[in-house]
Amino acid sequence: MSNIAKAFENKKAFIPFITCGDPDLETTGKLVKEAVKNGASLVELGIPFSDPTAEGPVIQGANLRALEGGVTTDKIFDFVRELRKEVTVPMVFMTYANVVFSYGSESFIKTCSEIGIDGIILPDLPFEEKEEFLPECHKYGVDLISLIAPTSKDRVAMIAKEAEGFIYLVSSLGVTGTRTEINTDLDSIVKIIRENTSVPCAIGFGISTPEQAKKMASISDGAIVGSAIIKIMEKYGKESPAYVGEYVKSMTDALI
Amino acid sequence: MTNPNGRFGIHGGQYIPETLMNAVIELEEAYNHYKNDPEFNRELTELLNEYAGRPSRLYYAEKMTKDLGGAKIYLKREDLNHTGAHKINNVLGQALLAKKMGKTRLIAETGAGQHGVATATAAALMGMECVVFMGEEDTKRQALNVYRMRLLGAEVIPVTTGTATLKDAVSEAMREWTKRIDDTHYCLGSVMGPHPFPTIVRDFQAVISKEIKEQMLEKEGRLPDAVLACVGGGSNAIGTFYNFIEDKEVRLIGCEAAGRGVDTYETAATIATGKLGIFHGMKSYFCQDKYGQIAPVYSISAGLDYPGIGPEHAYLHDSGRAEYVAITDEEAVCAFEYLAKTEGIIPAIESAHAIAHAIKLAPTMDKDKIIVITVSGRGDKDCAAIARYRGEDINE
Repeated sequence: MSNIAKAFENKKAFIPFITCGDPDLETTGKLVKEAVKNGASLVELGIPFSDPTAEGPVIQGANLRALEGGVTTDKIFDFVRELRKEVTVPMVFMTYANVVFSYGSESFIKTCSEIGIDGIILPDLPFEEKEEFLPECHKYGVDLISLIAPTSKDRVAMIAKEAEGFIYLVSSLGVTGTRTEINTDLDSIVKIIRENTSVPCAIGFGISTPEQAKKMASISDGAIVGSAIIKIMEKYGKESPAYVGEYVKSMTDALI
Repeated sequence: MTNPNGRFGIHGGQYIPETLMNAVIELEEAYNHYKNDPEFNRELTELLNEYAGRPSRLYYAEKMTKDLGGAKIYLKREDLNHTGAHKINNVLGQALLAKKMGKTRLIAETGAGQHGVATATAAALMGMECVVFMGEEDTKRQALNVYRMRLLGAEVIPVTTGTATLKDAVSEAMREWTKRIDDTHYCLGSVMGPHPFPTIVRDFQAVISKEIKEQMLEKEGRLPDAVLACVGGGSNAIGTFYNFIEDKEVRLIGCEAAGRGVDTYETAATIATGKLGIFHGMKSYFCQDKYGQIAPVYSISAGLDYPGIGPEHAYLHDSGRAEYVAITDEEAVCAFEYLAKTEGIIPAIESAHAIAHAIKLAPTMDKDKIIVITVSGRGDKDCAAIARYRGEDINE
C-alpha cells in the first residue's frame, strides 16, 4: 500500500501546500512542522519553477521569491533529507515537468525515494504524457499523482482507473488562487472516481476558509490549500510559521 | 510528419494541465474534420486571396543580387500581406476554424504585436471578441501595434510577470484559456505549444512554401538552392520550409536571434544555446539553466525574443534536414538598413535576421545558384526602436 494512504486513514485529510524556499528553507522547515503539529496529514512541497503556467498570481509570487532567494532542486533535496528526520506524515513534491526532466528524470525520482518523498504532482503532465516519468516512478516507488478537472468529463474514469497515491481533483476552472465560491458539480465527478478506484481523492484550487474545506472534504477525502497559506507567508515572511500553524488548526478543526 | 500523438521525432506532445485536455482534443477533432472540408477550404482560400492579398509576391532582388555578387536572391514578400506580416495566414485559418467550432472569443499572445494585430483583425472581420496578452516590455517597444489592436476592437492586457516578454504572454494566455474554455479559442501564433497547435499553424503557414515552389518553377523552371527565414517560435520558417522538406537538394536555413551574442546571456538563440526540455505544452529545445528554470532571453526583436523553438524545428535540427544559424542584433540592424537602402524595402527586424544571413551566404555561392528569403513582415513598427538603437531619439 502506498505510504500516502496513511494520510487518509480514518480521517479527512488536510493538505497544505508550501513553496520551498519562500522566503528561505529554514522558514519552510518551521512551516512544515507547524502545519503537521496542527493536524496536516500530508504536506505538498512546491519546488519553484520560473514559469508556473497553472498558478495564479499568489503562487507565482512565491515561486519568484523562492528562486530569487537562491533555492535550487539540490538544496531542496538536502533540506527534505534533514526534514524527514522529524516529519513522519507523507510528503509529496509539486512542481513542473521541466524541473524533473532537466534534472534527469531517473536521478530526480530516485532521489525522491531516498529522501522520503512519497509522490510527485506535475500539473503540466496529463494522462497522455505520464509515460514520461511513470516507469521511473514505479521503479523507485514514488506515486505519480493524477489530476482530474471539471472539464475532464469522459476522461474521469480513464484517469481514476490508473490513479495512484491520491487523486487531486481540481475544484474549478482556471489557475490556483482563492475563490469566494466553488460552483462545479463535484459530487458527480467524485461518484465516477469512486466507481473506478479505491484511491483517495482530495479537492484543491480555490479553498481558503474552514467552511469551504469542510464542504469539500465532506464530498471527498480531503482538502488541499495553497494560495491561502502562501498569502500568510507573503504577509509575515520569516514570522509566518506561527500564523500558518494557527490557520492550519482552524482548517483541521473544521474537518473533524 | 506528425505521428498520432503529435510528435516530431522525440519532440512535441501535450504537456498541459488536465483542464485543457478536452479543449485540445476537441480542437484536433475539429481540425481533422475541417481541413478536408471543401467548403472550409473554399472560404479560407477566399479570405487569403481577397482579404489578405495572397498570393504574396516572389520578388527578384536584382540590386541586392548584384551588390552581393553571388547567388540570385528572391524575396518572398509576406510583408505585403494585409496587416503587414505572415501572421495573418495562420490567424485567418484558426479564426475560421474557431467560428466553425462555435467559439465567439479569440485570445492570443503576441511578441512584436504582429500576431496580436492579425488576431484582432480577424476578430473584427468575423465579429468575435478578442483579448491579446502582450508582455509589458513589448507594449513599450511596440506601442504603435498596441494602438492598432485597440483600434481594431481588441482588449490588450499587458503582462507584468517574469520577463514581461513573449514567453510570459504565452503563459498568461494559457492561464486565461484554463479559466474560460467554452466560448474561447486560444489562437496561438506560432508552431509551438501543445499538439495540435504546431501542426495546425504549420499547415496554415505552409502556403508560403507552396507559393514559393510554384512561383520559382514559373520564373526559373527549377527549385531554389536554399530558402531562408527567421526563427523565433518558427512559424514563418516552417511555412517557408514545409513544401521543400522532401526536396533534399534545397537547403533549409533558419535564422535565430543571437541578441548580443551566443556567448552572452543576452541571447534568444535556442538551437545554439538551449537544451532539451518540456515547457509551454511541448518537448523541444529551450534556453534554461541546469535546474530547468527558463532563461530570461533577449533580442532586439520582440518577435524572436522567445526561449524555445517549435518541436518540428527541433526535429529538423536533430535530423540534420534544416540548418540553424544565429544572427546578432547588430547584424540584423545592419541588414534592416541594407535592405531599405538597396531595395527600398524596410523589413521587420525579425525578417532582417534572415536578410543578414543572406548577406553572408550569397557571396559564397555561384551566380547560377538561387536563394529565397522570406520577408516575414514589414518594418514600419521597428523604425523608432532601430532609430533608438542608433542613438537617435525619435517619437513615434
